[in-house]
Amino acid sequence: MTRDQRYPREIAIVAFAQTDHTRSSAELSEVEMLMPVLRQVLGQTGLHTGEIDFTCSGSSDYLAGRAFSFTMALDGVGAWPPISESHVEMDGAWALYEAWVKILTGEAETALVYAFGKSSPGELRDVLSRQLDPYYVAPLWPDSVALAALQARTLIDAGETDERALAGIAARSRTAAQDNPHAQLRGSAAPDVLLEADHLVQPLRIHDTPPVSDGAAAVVLAAGDTARRLTDRPAWILGLDHRIEAHSLGVRDLTDSPSTRLAAERAGLFETGVDTAELHAPFTAQEIVLRKALRLDDTVRINPSGGALAANPVMAAGLIRLGEAAARISRGDSDRAVAHATSGPCLQQNLVAVLEGEAQ
Amino acid sequence: MSSAHKEPVAVTGIGQTKHAAARRDVSIAGLVREAAQRALDDAELSWTDIDAVVIGKAPDFFEGVMMPELYLADALGAVGKPMLRVHTAGSVGGSTTLVATSLVAARVHRTVLTVAFEKQSESNAMWGLSLPIPFQQPLLAGAGGFFAPHIRAYTRRTGAPDTIGSLVAYKDRRNALKNPYAHLHEWDITLEKVRSAPMLWDPIRYSETCPSSDGACAMVLTDTRGAARSPRPPAWVHGGAMRSEPTLFAGKDAVSPQAGKDCAADVYRQAGITDPRREIDAVEMYVPFSWYEPMWLENLGFATEGEGWKLTESGVTELDGDLPVNPSGGVLSSNPIGASGMIRFAEAALQVRGEAGEHQVDGARKALGHAYGGGSQFFSMWLVGADRPSA
Repeated sequence: MTRDQRYPREIAIVAFAQTDHTRSSAELSEVEMLMPVLRQVLGQTGLHTGEIDFTCSGSSDYLAGRAFSFTMALDGVGAWPPISESHVEMDGAWALYEAWVKILTGEAETALVYAFGKSSPGELRDVLSRQLDPYYVAPLWPDSVALAALQARTLIDAGETDERALAGIAARSRTAAQDNPHAQLRGSAAPDVLLEADHLVQPLRIHDTPPVSDGAAAVVLAAGDTARRLTDRPAWILGLDHRIEAHSLGVRDLTDSPSTRLAAERAGLFETGVDTAELHAPFTAQEIVLRKALRLDDTVRINPSGGALAANPVMAAGLIRLGEAAARISRGDSDRAVAHATSGPCLQQNLVAVLEGEAQ
Repeated sequence: MSSAHKEPVAVTGIGQTKHAAARRDVSIAGLVREAAQRALDDAELSWTDIDAVVIGKAPDFFEGVMMPELYLADALGAVGKPMLRVHTAGSVGGSTTLVATSLVAARVHRTVLTVAFEKQSESNAMWGLSLPIPFQQPLLAGAGGFFAPHIRAYTRRTGAPDTIGSLVAYKDRRNALKNPYAHLHEWDITLEKVRSAPMLWDPIRYSETCPSSDGACAMVLTDTRGAARSPRPPAWVHGGAMRSEPTLFAGKDAVSPQAGKDCAADVYRQAGITDPRREIDAVEMYVPFSWYEPMWLENLGFATEGEGWKLTESGVTELDGDLPVNPSGGVLSSNPIGASGMIRFAEAALQVRGEAGEHQVDGARKALGHAYGGGSQFFSMWLVGADRPSA
């Protein structure tokens, strides 16, 4: 097997763990939610905190409702003696990117990446509106479901999808989640039944939207022979890239995702086929946009985990896509997969990773 | 671990805003754009020369905008590019710079813009740090309340006379008079005024605390080929590191945290520094309360334990001293929190480029930039030099 030598080092995801995602975890602090995941992911590799060269996390103060929300989580890692560590105020997929770059420099052989988010303490739709331009847009409090509805409406008007197709995406995703013990929503009524419900925000019904979730996830990255030593079938990162678009919805074509396409191109997706895709599409219509940008045809298995429609712990949901794709490769259920993470309103920022297992 | 294949990284552009209590003339986007444009102008590059943007700031509650990098993508020319947002508490300006440095060192990108900011006037930092959380210890009346006991522990441990803190404040505020970007320009400052300022958190007086500032800092980092095209001398990165330790635990030395010592040791190892006191020509260290100068002098290995205050007292850290500390005026003169760490890194780079203007340290060839945050638990540092590091 030959891997693309676009980078100076081979780096793989060698372990992945996640919580069972729930609507509320009021009985747990973020640290309590995270600690079992950290223990599990390190346990899979046999490594201890002190043997990890670099640690990076993703989370958001606004979800936690307090400044420096990541500092308490760090205490859970057990950063003593002191560790080399960093944090992105982004989905954990971008923490994985930072860790991947750190390993590429040669300054680390292994990295622990984790992410957590509790949506339950606040009103997520309102909280996410605080991401918007603070002078001109946020004061109007447009909520995240309304913005996603705008994108879905644009797609329907452009003839790219219809409400029945969207119901099909919801049913397929949540049916697939029946095999995922961590998913929050498992199983679905048939699309015809789903379409009988009233609209939540036209053209979206409740099935077109993600569950509000609390959850955490972690992965371990390792380079070259270290990765081979730590796991039987590492999920090698063939390519990894992310791109951002303009913030204002008025200057973007919401039926397209040029940032996803560019990230995929830079990650080498179009030079190689994949059998699996884990897409971070919290709203059904966004899967339409992503499939087009990533040029995925019907031979590709989309979101066998159920995707963000089955569990959407904000700040961890993107990292989980990378973890699910890697776990599938490690289990031998996939040979090459694409994983995608998104951030910002209507797919503003997108990360694409191409993962591959050694020939079996 | 091998780092043999790392690309050398150079700083070819540096930009800052005029730091002020309230920059009501610009939006958040306008503020970061001002610093970024100045960094590009310094490097004589345009927005299209930038491959990626790495941005940092302290908690989102300081401005009341969740993940503001999303909204700032347009203002920073990041559309179509990778954009990362770093947040490591008060050390974030330094960490952000180091993440950007890694992108070039790993040869993922050739030329990276890194930006850090805080626009404290948009909100209230005191409240931003004081949101009540059930079953967790609240921060104690702002950062001064948290750090004052550690300063008292330092003076008890070392026997430092109570005059040292005011010397640092007097020095840094005078240095700031030579820095056009500094927030505080106290032209009538005297040592007596510092000493008689009201006591806020014993032993920290009003004049020994940092201001609340609006401000941004930006740098252009580039590879060897980019450095060759630099219109002015580049600063070269000789070493950089981050270290973290838990907030509170029984074994923590809050006066001289182990994470700070380990971080400095890693940077010196990378840079081939064996005697920091002799080999380093200028230091930009994160001193938000004046007493942290002698404390960090020890933590960073410039003085043995208990001796840091003697360096300060003897004038070694003055602008014309043997080891100038904070020639820019430091955090005590400008504190846009999220940017403060990057300003330390950038000012260190300005010194070795010989571009620091009136607060230039004569003949500076190697300089240390230092940042810390949280409860003295997050550290980031880099050492920059006038010469390209030997492979």
